[in-house]
Amino acid sequence: MPSPNWSRAVLPDDWQQGGFGLYLHWPFCQAKCPYCDFNSHVAQHIDQTRWLNAYLAEIDRYAAQTRGRILTSVFFGGGTPSLMDPDVVAAIIARIKSHWPTANDFEITLEANPTSVEAGRFSGYAQAGVSRVSMGIQSLNNRDLQKLGRRHTVEEAYKAFDIARNHFDRVSFDLIYARQDQTLPEWKRELTQALDLAIDHLSLYQLTIEQGTAFGDRYAIGKLRGLPADSLAADMYDATQDICGAAGLSAYEVSNHAKDGAESRHNLIYWRYGDFIGIGPGAHGRLTQNGIRYATDTVHNPAIWLAQAEEHGGELSRTAIDPVDQAGEYLMMGLRLSEGIDTDRYAALAGEGLDPQSLQHLQDIGMIEALGRRIQTTPKGRLLLNAVLETLLAG
Amino acid sequence: MTDLNKIRNFSIVAHIDHGKSTLADRLIQETGTVAGRDMKEQLLDSMDIERERGITIKANTVRIDYQADDGEKYVLNLIDTPGHVDFAYEVSRSMRAVEGSLLVVDSTQGVEAQTLANVYHAIDADHEIVPVLNKIDLPASDCDRVAEQIEDVIGIDATDAIQVSAKTGQGIHETLEAIVTHLPAPTGTLDAPLKAMLVDSWYDSYLGVIVLVRIMDGVLKKGDRIRMMQNGSIHHVDRIGVFRPQMEMITELGPGEIGFLTASIKQVRDTRVGDTITHEKKPCETPLEGFKPSQPVVFCGLFPVDSAEFEDLRDAIEKLALNDASFSHEMETSAALGFGFRCGFLGLLHLEVIRDRIEREYNIELITTAPSVIYHIYMRDGSMIELHNPADMPDLTHVDHLEEPRIKATILVPDEYLGDVLKLCQDRRGIQEDLTYAGSRAMVVYDLPLNEVVFDFYDRLKSVTKGYASFDYQMIGYRQDYLVKMSILVNDEPVDALSTMVHRDRAEMRGRAMVEKLKDLIPRHMFKIPIQAAIGGKVIARETLSAMRKDVTAKCYGGDMTRKKKLLEKQKAGKKKMRQFGKVDIPQEAFISALKLDN
Ligand SMILES: Nc1nc2c(ncn2[C@@H]2O[C@H](COP(=O)(O)OP(=O)(O)OP(=O)(O)O)[C@@H](O)[C@H]2O)c(=O)[nH]1
Ligand SMILES: C[S@@+](CC[C@H](N)C(=O)[O-])C[C@H]1O[C@@H](n2cnc3c(N)ncnc32)[C@H](O)[C@@H]1O
Ligand code: SF4
Ligand SMILES: [Mg+2]
Repeated sequence: MPSPNWSRAVLPDDWQQGGFGLYLHWPFCQAKCPYCDFNSHVAQHIDQTRWLNAYLAEIDRYAAQTRGRILTSVFFGGGTPSLMDPDVVAAIIARIKSHWPTANDFEITLEANPTSVEAGRFSGYAQAGVSRVSMGIQSLNNRDLQKLGRRHTVEEAYKAFDIARNHFDRVSFDLIYARQDQTLPEWKRELTQALDLAIDHLSLYQLTIEQGTAFGDRYAIGKLRGLPADSLAADMYDATQDICGAAGLSAYEVSNHAKDGAESRHNLIYWRYGDFIGIGPGAHGRLTQNGIRYATDTVHNPAIWLAQAEEHGGELSRTAIDPVDQAGEYLMMGLRLSEGIDTDRYAALAGEGLDPQSLQHLQDIGMIEALGRRIQTTPKGRLLLNAVLETLLAG
Repeated sequence: MTDLNKIRNFSIVAHIDHGKSTLADRLIQETGTVAGRDMKEQLLDSMDIERERGITIKANTVRIDYQADDGEKYVLNLIDTPGHVDFAYEVSRSMRAVEGSLLVVDSTQGVEAQTLANVYHAIDADHEIVPVLNKIDLPASDCDRVAEQIEDVIGIDATDAIQVSAKTGQGIHETLEAIVTHLPAPTGTLDAPLKAMLVDSWYDSYLGVIVLVRIMDGVLKKGDRIRMMQNGSIHHVDRIGVFRPQMEMITELGPGEIGFLTASIKQVRDTRVGDTITHEKKPCETPLEGFKPSQPVVFCGLFPVDSAEFEDLRDAIEKLALNDASFSHEMETSAALGFGFRCGFLGLLHLEVIRDRIEREYNIELITTAPSVIYHIYMRDGSMIELHNPADMPDLTHVDHLEEPRIKATILVPDEYLGDVLKLCQDRRGIQEDLTYAGSRAMVVYDLPLNEVVFDFYDRLKSVTKGYASFDYQMIGYRQDYLVKMSILVNDEPVDALSTMVHRDRAEMRGRAMVEKLKDLIPRHMFKIPIQAAIGGKVIARETLSAMRKDVTAKCYGGDMTRKKKLLEKQKAGKKKMRQFGKVDIPQEAFISALKLDN
């Protein structure tokens, strides 16, 4: 009679194909940017000690449920985690390391805003164990930074970036493009400059107008002018693929570019549909327990989350995800990656393979490519991913 | 039973919206038939669709008791009729059950096309006509001018026309008095064998089929065994009653009276309107003349958006057909749409009403295919085929020629819009037959092909005349013309549900208009889609819907997974309102909208 452990060794839980990470959400910012719909708030006073203790309590709770797992990565996201006290970050990292064994290429990323105030804390973060910084530079021209409501200049961002390079092996930065009044030549120029600055990783997001943001409100009443039409935005995307590809930073995900091996391990867990713990207000998680994969979520409001985490735990709900739905999530996330998905893995979750006719059609129109057990989106297909998914998930 | 001399039966007729139902409200209220607290506007328009659209679709009968100025008590049976041309049949058969008509004319508008049409029906039915000038409370009311119009255009005396506001109640007493003094009492013989006219019938989920009858001779009693003279069927009368307007049970109906009976009849189909009802044992000798049956003139396919709902659709259609003899249906299969029904209607409004009721009362989303009329196809072998569906067009090598239905349209329009109306009729292949004036209004009569009118003619007419024209039509027969089947190809595949019959000379224009419309109606896909109109193998119009280029969430991390999934589910739900043709999704409303011409 084989033991349960034996059977697990042969038939690994699906998440193991994606890894295991920990996301920690810091919900505060210096100011709210008009385009941003992340769970970020401006607060007068933040009791960092209270927050630290709440995070530690949550870490302990999740550790008890995931003993023995090897941790692939940690991500401090926000909000603006570069407002956290380096001591707080250090204590959190120490606690995490005391609970889980870590992978050889273990990665700890922290999102940072590129201002001088934050740059002053970089050495502290490095000492605390942060190995990678992702900076929100957003634009390389001051006019657009202002339009985006950013509180830093290009010059400040360059300086902050320099300081970061001195402290961390791996530094990436974000740009937002397809902005108001942006032309294709302007973007090409800006992107070329960005590639001069970039080391080995770059995130390039097309501006999304989200409901409930200041931009969203202005857009709804027709007062947000100069946004590029889809065709111009698509041209910008195509140019981005060409320029980055030529510079050796081809896309490994819809909006992410890296040299081989320089990809964000943590974000790869999401896209490869691994397991991740989500700690902090509004954080989501995917966690497999006894062969069942759960979706976890948390209270959005920072004050309420804090009180709950202190008292009994910040998790709001834990819902089992049907294997068929897991297959859908895997597809949705996996096709964002240029490496695509493993069709056997998909079929094992879904109980059946993808519809051959839909696959053939998507191949015929140049949206996907099939290579043995893998299917991948083409760059064109990646830009139409929602439509591709709709076709694959229809029925 | 009521003394014949104390009965007055009449219909209220008018052009659409001239205030028939509101006048009925006042008559009902003034005579205390319905208590004040139970009154509501257009009380008789009880169907949801009637109340929503503010129009009458089904004729309604009410019995009113009236104590007249002469001190006598009268029984008045009024029938409120619909004004829209699609339901003209309801009006003409209602008139056969009564001796007089109140001809309501909106005194701010004057004589309109259905005013005329109704007068002709009333004259046909030998009616006394009492003109009523309504809406005198409005500042734009001009009774003198309208009275003059009535005399000029219709040729009836309007000196005694009653001035009424159905809104305020002014003139209602005078109207009641005129009904009693001007309209004739019915005639009939009490001790003759029973002879009753089957005026209407409908299905009630509690009582089964309800039969509206007008007694000509004899007496109908509860418990009687009756015979329907046309099909010979025998029934046992289990209830007799009148509408006030809610049902009130009584024991018998005598000559001249209008009321209803129930007799455990299961299906409306078992009753034929216009039939004569008599006693099984002591029948009358000759039946009444009967009505010309109503004929559906517009046909279209109704398909469930979700093909799994076909059986539900069948059920819904059969239930509605129970109640509406003028609506026909038969099963249809479409290469693209699967199983559905080809249905016949009295006109486009009738089509919309039935479609709305299926969607709402039965919760089935429908695709309605291009409406068509019935063409007569004369084959080389001498036979004739009735074509209800362009998709069924036989191979041309066997066809000798085609004939299409024509109508006589009467349009009344203020002078300043006449030019636009003539152009519209001309564009729709009309042949002008008459043009006369009544004051500053022109009356034009056109011979038009029904297929050019059925669809959006009325909308166009209203829009080019800013709502000032009125329109009525009658079928006049079939005529040969150069008609062809135009197919629409989407992404190189023919979509049978979009095929239409068109005149060859208008094919290019129609084809271009349709492919342009479809280009707007079909959402962009991941690939470009050619949209073509073709006659036989020859493409006559072409558009290309360019490919969608961007549809992706720029930023998607762990936390967004749930949100993203919801978004996809919403998109999927939106897609449910579309049907796939090959690889192309076509929204359900496209099939009708594509046909609407902007000129
Ligand atoms: N001001 C005013 N409005 C009136 C009067 N009579 C009717 N109306 C309004 O005219 C509109 C049409 O009235 P209806 O009674 O529904 O007309 P109808 O002739 O029964 O209409 P159909 O059954 O659709 O042919 C409604 O908005 C009424 O409120 C009136 O005497 N004065
Ligand atoms: C959660 S933010 C946090 C980073 C950090 N607080 C900052 O603003 O620099 C991560 C990144 O998402 C991107 N982003 C946020 N809102 C966006 C939007 N509406 N459209 C496109 N990108 C957006 C920005 O590039 C931003 O740097
Ligand atoms: S973009 Fe960054 S800094 Fe701006 S509000 Fe969002 S999380 Fe805060
Ligand atoms: Mg009415």
